[in-house]
Amino acid sequence: MENGRRKFLKIAGAAALGLGVKPVIDAVAGADEPVKYVAREGALQAKRWAMVVDTRKFTQELAEECRKVCHAEHNVPEIENPKHEIKWIWSETFEHAFPGHEHEYSDPDVMTRPFMVLCNHCDDPACVRVCPTKATFKREDGIVLMDMHRCIGCRFCMAACPFGARSFNWKDPRPYIGETNDEFPTRMKGVVEKCNFCAERLAKGVMPACVEVCKDKECLFFGDLDDPESEVRKVLSTNHTVRRKAELGTNPMVYYII
Amino acid sequence: MMYDKKLIIPGLVIFVWLMTLPFWYNSGKATAAPEVKIDTPVIQEMAEKKCIEDKQYMREAHMQVLDDWRDEVVRERKRVEVTTGGKTYEMSLQNECMKCHSNKAEFCDKCHDYVAVDPYCWDCHIEPKEKK
Amino acid sequence: MLEKAITGRAGYWIWVLLLLSAIGAGFITYLFQLKEGLGITGMSRDVSWGFYIAQFTYLVGVAASAVMLVIPYYLHHYKKFGKITIFGEFVAVAAVTMCLLFIIVDLGQPQRCLNVLAYPTPGSILFWDMVVLNGYLFLNIVIGWTVLGAERKGIAAPHWVKPLIYLSIPWAVSIHTVTAFLYAGLPGRHYWLTAILAARFLASAFCSGPAILVLLMLILRKLTKFDAGKEAIQSLAKIIAYAMFLNVFFVLLELFTAFYSNIPGHQHTFVYLFHGLHGYGKLVPFMWTSAVLGVTSLGLMIIPSVRKCEPVLAITLVLLIIATWIDKGLGLVAGGFIPNPLEHITEYFPTIPELIITAGIYASGALILTVLYKVAVGVKEENEA
Repeated sequence: MENGRRKFLKIAGAAALGLGVKPVIDAVAGADEPVKYVAREGALQAKRWAMVVDTRKFTQELAEECRKVCHAEHNVPEIENPKHEIKWIWSETFEHAFPGHEHEYSDPDVMTRPFMVLCNHCDDPACVRVCPTKATFKREDGIVLMDMHRCIGCRFCMAACPFGARSFNWKDPRPYIGETNDEFPTRMKGVVEKCNFCAERLAKGVMPACVEVCKDKECLFFGDLDDPESEVRKVLSTNHTVRRKAELGTNPMVYYII
Repeated sequence: MMYDKKLIIPGLVIFVWLMTLPFWYNSGKATAAPEVKIDTPVIQEMAEKKCIEDKQYMREAHMQVLDDWRDEVVRERKRVEVTTGGKTYEMSLQNECMKCHSNKAEFCDKCHDYVAVDPYCWDCHIEPKEKK
Repeated sequence: MLEKAITGRAGYWIWVLLLLSAIGAGFITYLFQLKEGLGITGMSRDVSWGFYIAQFTYLVGVAASAVMLVIPYYLHHYKKFGKITIFGEFVAVAAVTMCLLFIIVDLGQPQRCLNVLAYPTPGSILFWDMVVLNGYLFLNIVIGWTVLGAERKGIAAPHWVKPLIYLSIPWAVSIHTVTAFLYAGLPGRHYWLTAILAARFLASAFCSGPAILVLLMLILRKLTKFDAGKEAIQSLAKIIAYAMFLNVFFVLLELFTAFYSNIPGHQHTFVYLFHGLHGYGKLVPFMWTSAVLGVTSLGLMIIPSVRKCEPVLAITLVLLIIATWIDKGLGLVAGGFIPNPLEHITEYFPTIPELIITAGIYASGALILTVLYKVAVGVKEENEA
């Protein structure tokens, strides 16, 4: 990409030479150092981001708060019609979050508890495998992201995702956004979207919005799975955790303490 | 085979007329190049009134810059540009460009309308709230 | 040769106008969809593919079925198919064109569809589908037009077209295999996650495609001087009978695996489609129609005396086409999404605008087919005269 930029400078310079436009030559002549793109200072970095949800400590109110804060932060529209709904994070009951694992005599407390569900940021994501334009891709730190500029809206990723984590903009979302967060873009009709593990917040050095909401309750942990000293690793090594549909081989990165 | 001169000639005339319609439509209606005011309050307070590159470069290549930026930010996790002068900028149309150029109607739309391009930036990115 | 398409009787022009008006209605409705978004269809967050992708899937099969003429004629020199192979290839051209249109209208951002070429992603099956469909369209246009052109001049087709014909055989199989792979490789969609899906697709294609062709041949015999010949139609009928038998057999295999294994995930969609699940069952009457018509048509097709009586054969084929169309063009795609991965149920049914756009695309295909058939019949009538 840097090359692209430099190349363009040169072309512009050459073109300017032909036209005899002086300011451009001056600018190019002064530009011996190439333009650099760097990560923001203080950005949170990891080799493999992961999340642990302690479902024992979740209440309906807290679950709703997480959803609200996340959706407000990311300009997710509130569409009444469930067919056209957009969801990044929301709560489900046990039998829907872990279908087939419930039984007649299950603990009623667990059965009524809210289970936060969101994109699992799988290590082997089916959505990335099927995308025909690489509009959805896995970053080096494991976050599965969408490039909204590139998505053609074929919805192959929605068919591929075994967690129902993806939403499609069936219509222009803007009329359905209450108060917009002016720091974050909205989406346009015809593209797919989902949770981004708050990539924009991590870049600023702050934890994801939902994790922030649950800070005092200690029920949502977020950190580097690759770092044995990280909080997520400690929580995982001291609690029995399960993942949604791990048998499908996508290797989900959201763990649940039941 | 039929050779219908009486059909082919008028047919060709209509075809050429249709193909050149935009020229006929616009002829004699030359619009003057827009005069764009770029002095927003933020820019007025700047000691050195300079964008990330000089004016001419930005005029010609802002779309390439934005295109590079979006790939770097979204795909490469790099959010800051260090320019040739050693200055750093947040690579964000919505949160950086528009901080200075808070007058979208004047700064973006005037030229885009003039050259009849309709980029879809603002379908997603939120434009600054302008004081009218 | 195209000039043959611009002369015709009043009936021909009325038919063309009818198609053009359907295309116009579809196009205007599509503009509306482009403006409003895909929300005007019956699709939803849970059933994120619907009628468009289902029609695409069905028509890929119709396109692939041209190979049922190409193999006997070109590989086994079965001369009776010599007169009609071109018609099979032209069906393929019309069908693939409709497939591409159905994909375009299903995209949320169709303006960006060339991103598939700008950022080629060989790991994506959709990328390969784009490659094989466009390739197949190209092959059939070139082969069909060249062979017909040679026939018109009364000379043998040029040598270079032979390798293309041979290539078109595996290519035909590939288009439907790749289309099945769109579905069969997705984790967590049990109804589609089956190794037999591509085989099932091909079996249903090789009965429904030739069935459509036989009906078209019977129509041509009524409307023009062209006669496909009794023997060619009977041979096609035998092919259809075998393929339909395999199709039904494959469905039974799926049912056995799902219900003998007793794995709930494998049963859910079948239960939803044929019985209803948790009180939802919009598609049940359609699926039973499909099952009854499918078994009836198979039963009739394997009785030689029924097959040999052309009027009865025609009716049987209509039943068979309806059966296979409901199975693939309605049940397969929507059913695969029900229940959703969280085991909630959202039902699907196409909306009026969705149906108008679909009809518009079918009309485009019919128009392409009409023009190509007009030319082909014109050439054949001219040569016989």
